[in-house]
Amino acid sequence: MCGIVGIINTDRIKIDGSYIREAIRIQNERGNGLGGGFAAYGIYPGHKDNYAVHIMYQGGKHSEIIKTVEAFLELRTKVHHSDEIPIFPTSTIPSGPYFKRYFVNPLKEQIPVGQSEDDAMVDIVMAINTMGDAYVISSGKDMGVFKGVGFPEDIADFFRIQDYKGYMWIAHNRFPTNTPGWWGGAHPFTILDKAVVHNGEITSYGTNKRWLEMFGYFCMLQTDTEVLSYIFDKLTRKDGLSVEDACFVMAPSLWEDIEYEKAEKKKLLRQLYGQVIVNGPFGIVLTHSGGAIVLNDRNKLRPVVCARVGSTYYASSEECSIRLLSPKVDALWSPRGGEAVIVDLAKEEVQ
Amino acid sequence: MSMKNNWKTIPPFHPEIDYARCDYKNGCTICAHECSWGEISLKPEKLDNGTMVYKPGANLTSCGSCQRCVKMCPYSAIHIVNSPMYTSHGYWTPDYVGNIVKQASSEGGVLMVGNGATGPQRRYFDHIMFDACQVTNPSIDPLREPMEIRTYLGRRPSKWDGEQYPLLKLEVPIMFGAMSFGALNLRVHEAEAKATSEVGTYWNTGEGGFHISLRESYGANTIVQVASGRFGVSEDYLKSAAAVEIKIGQGAKPGIGGHLPGEKVSREISETRMVPEGSDALSPAPHHDIYSIEDLRQLIYAIKETIEYKVPISVKIAAVHNVAAIASGIARAGADIIAIDGFRGGTGATPLQIRQNSGIPIELAIAAADERLRQEGIRNQVSLVASGGIQCSSDVLKAICLGADAVYVATPVLIALGCGMCQRCFTGKCAYGITTNKPGLAERIDVDEAAWALKNLLHAWAEEIEELMGSMGINAIEAMRGNRDRLRGVGLNEEELRILGIKHAGA
Ligand code: SF4
Ligand code: SF4
Repeated sequence: MCGIVGIINTDRIKIDGSYIREAIRIQNERGNGLGGGFAAYGIYPGHKDNYAVHIMYQGGKHSEIIKTVEAFLELRTKVHHSDEIPIFPTSTIPSGPYFKRYFVNPLKEQIPVGQSEDDAMVDIVMAINTMGDAYVISSGKDMGVFKGVGFPEDIADFFRIQDYKGYMWIAHNRFPTNTPGWWGGAHPFTILDKAVVHNGEITSYGTNKRWLEMFGYFCMLQTDTEVLSYIFDKLTRKDGLSVEDACFVMAPSLWEDIEYEKAEKKKLLRQLYGQVIVNGPFGIVLTHSGGAIVLNDRNKLRPVVCARVGSTYYASSEECSIRLLSPKVDALWSPRGGEAVIVDLAKEEVQ
Repeated sequence: MSMKNNWKTIPPFHPEIDYARCDYKNGCTICAHECSWGEISLKPEKLDNGTMVYKPGANLTSCGSCQRCVKMCPYSAIHIVNSPMYTSHGYWTPDYVGNIVKQASSEGGVLMVGNGATGPQRRYFDHIMFDACQVTNPSIDPLREPMEIRTYLGRRPSKWDGEQYPLLKLEVPIMFGAMSFGALNLRVHEAEAKATSEVGTYWNTGEGGFHISLRESYGANTIVQVASGRFGVSEDYLKSAAAVEIKIGQGAKPGIGGHLPGEKVSREISETRMVPEGSDALSPAPHHDIYSIEDLRQLIYAIKETIEYKVPISVKIAAVHNVAAIASGIARAGADIIAIDGFRGGTGATPLQIRQNSGIPIELAIAAADERLRQEGIRNQVSLVASGGIQCSSDVLKAICLGADAVYVATPVLIALGCGMCQRCFTGKCAYGITTNKPGLAERIDVDEAAWALKNLLHAWAEEIEELMGSMGINAIEAMRGNRDRLRGVGLNEEELRILGIKHAGA
């Protein structure tokens, strides 16, 4: 069990982190204090063309690995700016790992022929994650992730997320079951600008993970959710699938229905991407700089409810989170299993 | 006669007939007619009322415990017992002693056997356990929720290109492995063809050609083989099927060719195989046009050209030490499917020493090949089919979790048709009419009944696979492929676990 919340404003009107802090706090029934986290978009307008790399150093401020990582970043990227991520220890979280952020762009001359800046950035993230004891928490432009072990409101206070303003927020309240509660294992999980919060358990993890490894994505964070952001990145960015097709691939229709609809493209997609099916119960909110996606497993074994209030869209495990922020809503619905709700910021349209 | 002749005739089994149940006094002689091996003979006996009857009795010469007489006796009057063994010695077991006796008393020669390896090597499947859902995620009841076990085999691109590639569509991830016309008779081939086309999967003709009478109705569910003897290979043959398989080797006899004795080459077999009637049909050990991987590539593309790239090409190899590297080479040579046959795989005839001592277990072979293909980033270019010792539905699913896309089964096909595993298929005397073309024996197979049994088997395994998947909270078989996370080893050492790519139970 876990709780998730997403808030997105299609007019890109920014709100501070205090709203989502409340929305996820009220779901503490769904968590157990072993993980909370937030992703926020639009928080670094001053560096919006640089990749904002949030790195967690498990060993603390003086750990050796910091030098290695920074030397590596110097070698492979132009570091425009770096600083410590401000933290504010609380009575419930008196200490935590050491966090730094780097605003970077991969050096053009270092990018192998045929690769994009994004490809190079993914390689850099994977390289850092496999160095040991340094973990890239987020790496997108104009966005960032704040997460750790604790109840979400304590994590919010630890990073003081009310000091950040974003047009899109997601949050997670964790009740870890299969994997340990550690700072790197809290949600959201990210790659580039893609972030995901997830309630559920991915029974296909082994298959998904081994498929991703073939394409240079390595799962180092000991949590099944990690595969979701990588899958989405591979499908949309590398393979050029539309967001709709990517959602279809992760939670495809039954063969029977594909045949009944004579859906030729769906058949081909499923034939090609069988190992990307995400099996097991899940409800997810996945965000990227172009919008957000809400998706349930094919059997709808986890709750997700969506709502619209003006130009703000909500998704949540529990309706109470939405009602808390906005007692009156323009629309409220529960998406069906396997049916994606897609918010596209560019087109300002919702499916 | 000298004692020597008796030595070679001590058989390990013989029938015991309970004359209190036996109905010979009313004229029953079924067992004697059913035993095609000449083990049961009839002795005339005059009853008190003066009637002449025939009493069946064991000859103690040639029983192989195929159990045909036992199954056919309407009075349950027969059972098969072990003969008092040659030796009580703990090291010199009856197998070894018996083989030496046989070889010393014949004019020398290679010992031949049928079926798969019988040795004590570890059955890894038994040391691999499935995961199951408890609390944190719900298991799925396959009777109430959709459960998908459809599988596609064939090459796919590494990223979306919107193209349809030639793929095989399997409604169950189980195909019938190669057994040739010649080794089997036409009725068995027809039963395999019928069952697979009704269920929606495939059967493999083996290397003995594809009988003309089956092509039209069943070609769409047939995989035809091109082996070193090139029997029956023509343009029509290649174009008649859903896929073409180049057979390099098989698990029961890696590195060894085949030999269909002339007496088995009847008119029909001669026509289908395209060899003269009555002549020995020899498959050389290697393909004499494939001495290297480049040669294989040429053959693959020669066939692809012939079939106009319309159907996938499979390459079948025996699981040998270097299987992972070989599989990688085959994938790069252009194969769309690689079938790997473990050392337990069956056969109609193989030299005993090869069967028992060559090759490696399929569990390790498939895990190694799958991992290697992934490391090289070419796993999507081929599908892997595991075979050789698959005994039940959980073996199928374990093979899939280890990295196979689907499996071939062949011995289970024979067993479903009655086979008692007597290991004497090469004699052409099969009492069940399976591995024989002899008139009078072959008719023991009724095509419809045999197809019915094979369909039952496929359905039963499919349902069991769905149950297992449901217990793991998975409703699409694609999500099982290579999902080693859902397996744990019990009683395996570190090296074995590393090769299988699984954790030990408790970890
Ligand atoms: S039918 Fe089979 S089991 Fe029976 S006596 Fe003959 S060989 Fe033995
Ligand atoms: S197929 Fe026939 S000859 Fe071969 S093992 Fe089975 S019963 Fe014996």
